[in-house]
Amino acid sequence: MDSTLQKRPVMLPTGEKLVVSSSPHLSRPESVGRIMALVLVALLPPAAAGVWFFGLKALTVIVLTVLFSLGAEALWCLLAGKPVGRTLRDGSAAVTGVLLALNLPPDVPFYIPLIGAFLAIWFGKQVFGGLGYNPFNPALVARVGLLIAFPALMTQWSAPRGMDESYPQAALFCKSTPAPSVTCATPLGIASVSGKVLGGGQKAQQHFDPIDSASLRLKYFLGMRGGCIGETCVPALLLGAAILLIFNLINWRVPVCFVGTVAVLTGILHFFLPGATPSPLFHILTGGLLLGAIYMATDMVTSPITGSGCLVFAVGCGVITTVIRVWGNYPEGVSFSILFMNALVPLIDRWCGVRPFGYISRPAEKAR
Amino acid sequence: MMNKSSRSVLTFKGGIAPEGNGKDMSSAIPTRNAPLLERYRVLLQENAGKPPKPVVAKGDKVKKYQLIAAADGFVSANLHAPTSGEVVGIVRVPGPMGLMTEAIEIAADGEDSGDAPFAPLDWSKASPQELLARVADAGLVGMGGASFPTHVKLTIPPGKKVDTLILNGAECEPYLTADHRLLLENGEALLRGALTFGRILGVENISIGVEINKIDAIEYLSRIAADCGVRIVPLEVRYPQGSEKHLIRAIAGREVPSGGLPADAGCVVQNVGTAVALDNAVRLGIPLVERIVTVTGEVVRNPGNWRLRIGTPVIKAIELADGVLCEPGKLILGGPMMGFAQRSFEIPVAKNTSGILLLPPRVSMNYMPTECIRCGRCVQGCPMHLMPCLLATAIEGDRYDLAAQNHVMDCIECGSCAYVCPAHRPLVQHFRRAKAELRSRNRK
Repeated sequence: MDSTLQKRPVMLPTGEKLVVSSSPHLSRPESVGRIMALVLVALLPPAAAGVWFFGLKALTVIVLTVLFSLGAEALWCLLAGKPVGRTLRDGSAAVTGVLLALNLPPDVPFYIPLIGAFLAIWFGKQVFGGLGYNPFNPALVARVGLLIAFPALMTQWSAPRGMDESYPQAALFCKSTPAPSVTCATPLGIASVSGKVLGGGQKAQQHFDPIDSASLRLKYFLGMRGGCIGETCVPALLLGAAILLIFNLINWRVPVCFVGTVAVLTGILHFFLPGATPSPLFHILTGGLLLGAIYMATDMVTSPITGSGCLVFAVGCGVITTVIRVWGNYPEGVSFSILFMNALVPLIDRWCGVRPFGYISRPAEKAR
Repeated sequence: MMNKSSRSVLTFKGGIAPEGNGKDMSSAIPTRNAPLLERYRVLLQENAGKPPKPVVAKGDKVKKYQLIAAADGFVSANLHAPTSGEVVGIVRVPGPMGLMTEAIEIAADGEDSGDAPFAPLDWSKASPQELLARVADAGLVGMGGASFPTHVKLTIPPGKKVDTLILNGAECEPYLTADHRLLLENGEALLRGALTFGRILGVENISIGVEINKIDAIEYLSRIAADCGVRIVPLEVRYPQGSEKHLIRAIAGREVPSGGLPADAGCVVQNVGTAVALDNAVRLGIPLVERIVTVTGEVVRNPGNWRLRIGTPVIKAIELADGVLCEPGKLILGGPMMGFAQRSFEIPVAKNTSGILLLPPRVSMNYMPTECIRCGRCVQGCPMHLMPCLLATAIEGDRYDLAAQNHVMDCIECGSCAYVCPAHRPLVQHFRRAKAELRSRNRK
């Protein structure tokens, strides 16, 4: 092969097809579509865990939500006269669909994914100008919208696989005989009711103890509890976080500081006022904190750009989540806290800018 | 000795590490001399300064090294004949910036004869004024890219004090290896040139910054520089390490203030190629008429480095590399990050042409930009610590005031942001547009 190449006469370019464009002439082989595809890969572990724990109905919810989201995106593009194929190919609608599905209870009727998909794609994203221009996380806009419109359906939790005779504490959560398709309360829900109805103090603490025991914490960790499809299985969520971090798709500061802030604040409250709230570990293992901190708060479009901005954003999310969980009417505060901080992102970006190169502080200038 | 160099590998904050940087194609092959061509076209306009005035006319016989265009004003550099022959005339040729530009065409007589026009000097005995005059006489310019007249850079504005001289051997642009070969093959000339620069400036603190992907050059230079007072500084492989500001940040630990000159940070930076050219001008008395050029790219059949005379048409250089394997998608003068795409192979090599790069069509395809998803990769990559994504959004909305407020004028157009942008947004184009717009507003 080499010798034939050598024998060929020198071929000189004609320059007919030369592209003239501005520098740089190289680009990293990364695209928005590839980023979204990797996010979808990172969403697989919690989605798979959800299907494992809640059965085929969870799979149905996920598939329906994704299909409705793609449909909502396509319909909007048709109505707005935008190229449908190109918009769908960036993969953001599919990501929003999966994220929304993971934030839904496993046993919702088909119209919840349908309405949710339109809320997310149309009112969460496209009304602001489409991908990149939405101030709020579209999946969370839909989740909160659904929570307000369908409070009963959105807080009706089915019992996960494994919540049977081998689960001695099941009676704490489920009224009737534990079996699949039976509804059960979430640990956070019970804690919230106990904390608020009993007004804290000794009595509430007695209610926290049984649902915050060491043996139950292991079950919470593995995912054996009621909750949204994607929020229960901690190992799957951590695996997803690892994928996101390895491919540089999220800023580590957001999940670490978000969860850290909740842990520190609930830790202080739990230590000084044991009746006010269960232990920090309980707060991390139950509810949507990990799902929110890993997948929702880290959304590129709706989180700050700089490292210091991410820090402020995440701490803010943590504070608001803690306040709502401990003193609010809702058992869960993750969605609200992220949406609230989303609104502040433009301001955070302005406050937490970096010092540009060459803008030397006064003392250094004087020294010269 | 390796301890000394591996002890501290310096760099700056921000920037990018381009994947697969294409230097292997040409870095191991020694520099070759190019045969004499029949014709050379020496470009008059090389830099932002004033083009020199031709001092020869059609039909004149010239000797090699003879002055053919004389500097017109202070910010302008002399041009000399690359070989002996006859002046064909002042012709219009495609210039590196895309416009037709003037060049002096010389038809070689084949003798390639000419004496060194300047008297050889001993750098350690000649006065700084004598040496500075030699720099101007020999037509030295920054050979790293901007082609700025070297005597201007060596004239420190009154009131500023320079205590550090840095020679730029970083060669951070992917694909280019001309400086790498120069470091390996012209090490002694480089050190003499560095000391000459030091004498002109009255500076004893002299460093040569080299990225550690040229470890053989670092070892070799550290060995021969052991007792001449020039420090060889290994630098991290990080683009744009060879930017003047970032080289100063890495080596001297100082920041050039916004809008200021290197002299404001007490530094002067010179390209290593310019230092070797200075040694030739001082020791041998010959002006700058040739340079090492990397002819490379996936499309080039046998990439390598050649010593080319100024005025060599690019197509002849490609011929030296045995032509191409397929029709290229892009012809770039300089490196792939900041070089200029060309539309003609007739364009001549100038004093600042560090590379002739042919990229395959698949690399040169135009990406369709999509919306910014605020991933922040550009912010991490910006060596000037700006927020390219926010700037671009402001400029798209014609908010030049907002762009100015967010320091768009500090952009060095290195292209790091556009390189990492997953949405393939034309960030650098936006910033160039905004800078031009703001400059024209300021003039009003």
